[in-house]
Amino acid sequence: MNDERRIFIQIAIVIVTIVFAVRLFSIQILDSTYKLAAENNIVQKVTEYPYRGLLYDRNGELLVFNSPIYDLMIVPQEVSLSDTLSFCNLVGITPEEFKERIADANKYSSILPSKFVEQLTNEQFALIQDRLVEYRGFHIRARTDRNYQYNSLDIALGYIGEISRRQLDSDTTRFYKSGDFVGISGLEAAYEDELRGQRGVSYKMVNVRGIEKGSFKDGAYDTLSQPGRDLVLTVDLQLQNYAEKLIEGKVGSVVAIEPSTGEILTFVSAPSYDPDILTGKNFSKNYKMLQQDSLKPLFNRPLMAMYPPGSIFKTVQALIAMQDGVVKPNEEIYCSGQLIGDHAPPGYYDMHNAIKFSSNNYFYQVFRRIIRQQLSENPYADARLGVDKWKEQLHKFGLGIHLGIDIPNEKPGFVPGSDYYNRLYGNNRWGFSNIYSLSIGQGEILLNPIQMANLAAIVGNRGFYYPPHMIKNHDLASTYLEPKVTGIKEEYYDIVIDAMEEALSGTAGRAIIKDIAICGKTGTVENPHGEDHSVFMAFAPKDDPKIAISVFVENSGWGGRAAASIASLLIEDYLKGEISRKWLEDYVLKGEFLD
Amino acid sequence: MRLNRQEGEIDWTTVMVYLILVIMGWLNIYAAVFDDTVRHSLFDLGTDSGKQLVFIGAALLIIVGVLTLDFKFYDSFAYVIYFFFIALLVIVLLFGKEVAGSKSWFQIAGLGFQPSEFTKFATVLALAKFLGDGHKRLDKLKDQMLAFGIVLAPFFLTMMQGDVGTAMVFGALIIVLYREGISSLYVIIGLTLIAILVLTLLVSQTLIMITIVVITLLIIALNPRNNKRTAVVIVSAIIITGTVRSVDFVMTEVLKPHQLNRIMVMVNPNIDPLGIGWNATQSKIAIGSGGFWGKGFLQGTQTKFDFVPAQSTDFIFCTIGEEHGWIGSSVLLALFTFLILRVIAIAERQKSTFARAYGYGVAGIIFFHFVTNIGMTIGLFPTIGIPLPFISYGGSSLWSFTILLFILLKLDSHRMQVLQRG
Repeated sequence: MNDERRIFIQIAIVIVTIVFAVRLFSIQILDSTYKLAAENNIVQKVTEYPYRGLLYDRNGELLVFNSPIYDLMIVPQEVSLSDTLSFCNLVGITPEEFKERIADANKYSSILPSKFVEQLTNEQFALIQDRLVEYRGFHIRARTDRNYQYNSLDIALGYIGEISRRQLDSDTTRFYKSGDFVGISGLEAAYEDELRGQRGVSYKMVNVRGIEKGSFKDGAYDTLSQPGRDLVLTVDLQLQNYAEKLIEGKVGSVVAIEPSTGEILTFVSAPSYDPDILTGKNFSKNYKMLQQDSLKPLFNRPLMAMYPPGSIFKTVQALIAMQDGVVKPNEEIYCSGQLIGDHAPPGYYDMHNAIKFSSNNYFYQVFRRIIRQQLSENPYADARLGVDKWKEQLHKFGLGIHLGIDIPNEKPGFVPGSDYYNRLYGNNRWGFSNIYSLSIGQGEILLNPIQMANLAAIVGNRGFYYPPHMIKNHDLASTYLEPKVTGIKEEYYDIVIDAMEEALSGTAGRAIIKDIAICGKTGTVENPHGEDHSVFMAFAPKDDPKIAISVFVENSGWGGRAAASIASLLIEDYLKGEISRKWLEDYVLKGEFLD
Repeated sequence: MRLNRQEGEIDWTTVMVYLILVIMGWLNIYAAVFDDTVRHSLFDLGTDSGKQLVFIGAALLIIVGVLTLDFKFYDSFAYVIYFFFIALLVIVLLFGKEVAGSKSWFQIAGLGFQPSEFTKFATVLALAKFLGDGHKRLDKLKDQMLAFGIVLAPFFLTMMQGDVGTAMVFGALIIVLYREGISSLYVIIGLTLIAILVLTLLVSQTLIMITIVVITLLIIALNPRNNKRTAVVIVSAIIITGTVRSVDFVMTEVLKPHQLNRIMVMVNPNIDPLGIGWNATQSKIAIGSGGFWGKGFLQGTQTKFDFVPAQSTDFIFCTIGEEHGWIGSSVLLALFTFLILRVIAIAERQKSTFARAYGYGVAGIIFFHFVTNIGMTIGLFPTIGIPLPFISYGGSSLWSFTILLFILLKLDSHRMQVLQRG
């Protein structure tokens, strides 16, 4: 009986297999309805590229938008052309190039699409689109590229470009595909996730000849592309444009901040470039040109250039000294002019006059007191402790640290501490006499222009700042709502501010604006490689600062000339909306600041 | 000679077929998920094919493990293994993760794990162990009920998880009982119930009820004096009615609307060919468009879209049918038939009832999967979501079939060491 059952089971299995084979034979070979259905029922996946988010200035002025570009794509395996020559003429290549490009595409893949002609002109696109049905194996890929309304804000905006092989490989989320545009620098890179949007997919029914038969299942499986998010920037376009105009032809930077919020109003790195040249077909060529330019237009000066601050640093020294109690504001210190080179005449100076006349010898002595606070018996250890305490205080001013601005590649500047000098001179082998240049903002200390502007904001705010940023959309800017405090008494700020207001008449008469209480400090940064750098920081109005600004002009001599003039014009423009001092504008535009 | 065979040979023929099937599966999974707008390789761990390769690697380790264990282990620990997995089924019911409407998954370290897959070999082991016990007699009602109990426990537990397909697999173990001599009546009853289940979905229930009542009355009327037969007929009628009613109950009370839709389509794909019957229709179009030779590797146009669920799991045969045509499909059919017949041949050459019953269990389960899965893709059977053994994407499925098969090969290699009992 069991043998019988075994045989029965075996026969059942064989019968089932035969039934299956026959059924398959019937649907695969005999019955052609399935083949016809398949031919009319090829579902093609079409990628819908999203629009990248637009950028606006703080007043709603459109800065950056998108425009469509069309690439001619090829799938080598499917290519069949009846008239190669006319095709070549149409897309503007020679038959040799045609062969070459097909070979290149084949090398990449015979079944995957690759670029055949990049970014067709509008005429080419119109002509090809009409005749695409004749050219099997070719199709158009539509994408969008950036367009710029104004020729400004280049370095802050940054640029987009095709994603690199390396970025693709490191994209673990698999968001990107080859050929996608991504933000490479500036805000485009910083807010890539917001700007990029979401690619959509639509499924189209096509027959075997590629003729579209409509959307698949009325688009039930389609996902719409989600445009990227529009961003509002803190920048004031008008002020930005004016700043770029004033500094044109010079090398340097302008940064303006709204002290009450930390919003960046102006962000200029000079020389600048036209952002439009880093779009489209000529991207590589133009990028190379910019990269080779000796004036480095791609160098983000406000964030990355690091300079000794010069005399504007005296404001910080004054605040720290008063807070530490090493000098009373009204204490008069005799300055002989012997300790360090000076433009201020010899005599007795109190804090107010020392800032007002920018007395180097006064700050030499004050800084010596800051460093030698008798914190240790050992004079070397005392210097070490003094420097490190001082360094800590500078960090609270946002100096020597990252401010956390929302543009990539911010440099922290450099504030030396005891570790640095120990490495340089050896432990117990240095003291105040090795580091006295720091007292007037020379020597090893390096700040970047954004920190200088932020310093002006701190003084204007009398002791606090919001980290500078460029994004105005509320949710994205929410990380910048926490104020940072310096821990220095407000009354000391008032002394510095009064002095800064009066200082203009002494060191930067050009900067004075009628009806606007402007407080500023000039600096002339010694430059061993050439002419001195001209630097100026200021805020205005005195009692309720609306703008804090730093201007740095390389190789332009005294701070009271180039930098102070530019800053003054910008403040006037921002607060009054017009320029009353045509002569000063002409002076700046003429650009002859040296004697 | 007999002494030399202490450490017997593994059946390499079966191993070869196993390897061919696994590799075919891997390549076709790659083809099924291949997207010509994204370049990823066969080994890309982000895709199903790459993950399947990892699963295959793990399967090879499992094989080593299965073959290394002492062959007596499977006999001695059959019940322990069985109750362990039954316990897991209960736990997954309580704490498991719901995937596609069925609560049968554990989530461990980001990987899904389906205990019901492993319950298959555990149940076969337990049933074989039970039948291998010389004192059990399949012509005694009590032992029959115990044997059914072993099979029905996992059946009901997987049913409660909402995984109807896997639950039905346990029904395939009737082949073991049949081979070991249970009355043919059970087989007939079983097949009848399945037929009625399917019929219920196709035809109006009222109609079936009326038919049952009419037939019952007719039989009773024609045999007025045979009380015993009358009783049997009435009991049968009640059971059948109960089955029909339970279908209705499950359909309306237990299942969610989308599950209901799927079942309706399983039964009749033409209800709404572009709507809910989409899978069944597309599956036939894909296979049908393959022709004699097929369209070629990666050249299929019908099976490559993400929105076809289970393109690399339950519907993997579509890719084979489309890209490799009738020839490729027939080769696959032949391989499976050969494998199943080979397993039966191995089972028959065992000396112990335990090993033989186990072998038939293996054959039954592979056969059931094979028939149901391919039958569904070519429109002969309703759509029941169970994987094609060794071919479909998925770790749990591949590993459970691997364990199932290689335990048999392990037992087979030691068959000379077993004394025949009973």
